Amino acid sequence: MSEKHTPVLRESATFDRLTIQEIQRAAETGIYDIRGGGTKRKLPHFDDLLLLGASVSRYPLEGYREKCGTDVILGNRFAKKPIHLKIPVTIAGMSFGALSANAKEALGRGATIAGTSTTTGDGGMTPEERGQSQHLVYQYLPSRYGMNPDDLRKADAIEIVLGQGAKPGGGGMLLGMKVTERVAGMRTLPIGVDQRSACRHPDWTGPDDLAIKIAELREITDWEKPIYVKIGASRPYYDVKLAVKAGADVIVLDGMQGGTAATQEVFIEHVGIPILPAIPQAVQALQEMGMHRKVQLIVSGGIRNGADVAKAMALGADAVAIGTAALIALGDNHPRLDEELKQIGSAAGYYDDWQNGRDPAGITTQDPELSKRLDPVEGGRRLANYLRVLVLEAQTMARACGKSHLHNLDPEDLVALTVESAAMARVPLAGTSWIPGSGY
Amino acid sequence: MKTIDLSTASVRDLNQALHDQVNQVEDREWVVTHSNGKHNLAVGVNQAVSIDIQGHAGYYCAGMNQKASITVHGNAGVGVAENMMSGMVRIKGSASQAAGATAHGGLLVIEGDAGARCGISMKGIDIVVGGSIGHMSCFMGQAGRLVVCGDAGDALGDSLYETRIYVKGSVQSLGSDCVEKEMRAEHLEELQELLNRAGFDESPASFKRYGSARQLYNFKVDNASAY
Repeated sequence: MSEKHTPVLRESATFDRLTIQEIQRAAETGIYDIRGGGTKRKLPHFDDLLLLGASVSRYPLEGYREKCGTDVILGNRFAKKPIHLKIPVTIAGMSFGALSANAKEALGRGATIAGTSTTTGDGGMTPEERGQSQHLVYQYLPSRYGMNPDDLRKADAIEIVLGQGAKPGGGGMLLGMKVTERVAGMRTLPIGVDQRSACRHPDWTGPDDLAIKIAELREITDWEKPIYVKIGASRPYYDVKLAVKAGADVIVLDGMQGGTAATQEVFIEHVGIPILPAIPQAVQALQEMGMHRKVQLIVSGGIRNGADVAKAMALGADAVAIGTAALIALGDNHPRLDEELKQIGSAAGYYDDWQNGRDPAGITTQDPELSKRLDPVEGGRRLANYLRVLVLEAQTMARACGKSHLHNLDPEDLVALTVESAAMARVPLAGTSWIPGSGY
Repeated sequence: MKTIDLSTASVRDLNQALHDQVNQVEDREWVVTHSNGKHNLAVGVNQAVSIDIQGHAGYYCAGMNQKASITVHGNAGVGVAENMMSGMVRIKGSASQAAGATAHGGLLVIEGDAGARCGISMKGIDIVVGGSIGHMSCFMGQAGRLVVCGDAGDALGDSLYETRIYVKGSVQSLGSDCVEKEMRAEHLEELQELLNRAGFDESPASFKRYGSARQLYNFKVDNASAY
């Protein structure tokens, strides 16, 4: 008598269900997949690092009593008016167009309450965000959509965007459904076109030209504004050196976990490097030039909590920037939207079709009815709460490491859990003194 | 008339003095001597003043100009009148690449030739070139008019939006989605007006008009080979 055998289905590691689905989708549509957000793959990240709290060999600070400073000054290399922020967590550049006007206003409100800066994006500056942002960084992008000298003068700093972590080397896109009358008008485009943004600046090509471009922007603004240079992490050691040589006041370094409003999935997942190995390369470049802490380093790409903030700063960053996390704080992917998200083929916690403008949270949309769902005052309050938590968490860990300011965290406060992260972050593997790649 | 001698004054001195005119105009006419190809001359000017640069200019001369009338009595480097908003810039000689890049308004006249990418991403400026222009000119041109009295290089008007292009001479090749279009009466009229403002006596009837076929405005997989 034979026993009934229940076969175990074996999924291919190479052709897993997601891969099969993508091949089927490509065969059906003939076009690559476009989505928003950052990489979804598992990468070496801050979770692979641990902070070493104080004990006998180090002296901790009292958790709720002793001061742990959080402020940061950005842009004091050349600018007459550097920015002084209360906290080292800034809001990354995101455009009106990609985001609703209410979302941009909410970001400004939240950042201002918390004492930090927010940043424009492709398409120019809106009165809503300027009005609600105490510190507003004006992005200077290859497309120059909406770029004008009046807004340049209104800005508190200028960020020359050379790339972003989600797509180093790639230009932007804003699909036609989000190019409404207002968005099109600000960008001098026909309503409803699939807007393409250039990947290179139109009037300069290399680092020597960049130096002249930076000088031009300084001249136009009478040397008042700090000038940031934003780099998508791919070759940060060389890129940082060239940007500093060209005259940058601040480097913004965005790892591949950083989000995008709309980019090809294959680009998001396969171009650039994570923020973890990017930071030590950038810090090395700054140190070799004698510019660490003189040219400030803002890092972004996958910052989620105070531990990430503390670890990024321990690796040598002066501040961090958040984008995706800020949108989540406003209400993106909230569980209450699950049913509506399912109706458009997604679910709470998974939604990444930011390009199609149907966001039920009213954030990544230009639909007037959907946009109304986001109350900018309430959104700002939620963002400010989240920013406070990030800072409180980072302070908690810094005090435990005996640091009276977040800037006093350093690589000696860190160990790595894996050989890979030890090599990338250039800190010892936990329990050893071994930093892979640092010699014999 | 105010004279700034760049053999003794710095570019910073020049630009600051020009910016100071925003609140109160002290001099309507400015002369800049010994420019010697210096970069960033007369950038960010925001007042209806007249500026004569008596020599060659380097990169970004007249960048982001608003209202001023600026003349370069020589050649101009990369990105002359980049992102100009209004006013007029005249180059008596030739201009390097990216002349008038991303500019939103005003009139740029180049009496000689212009290099590659003339009018790249232009957003409303009018550009009139007495001579020829280089390759990839008017790439992603969004609005405004580009007039070329000589020849145009390779890939003219690639990925064009709504800029109208008029060329008298030959066009080496047209970029993706750029096509020759019918020259109607209203086009002859606007071209005549542009030539008059630029001070050129060419006949509008000798030009051809080019514009966007608008086939790439929304992505269609059938057009993939055009990208």
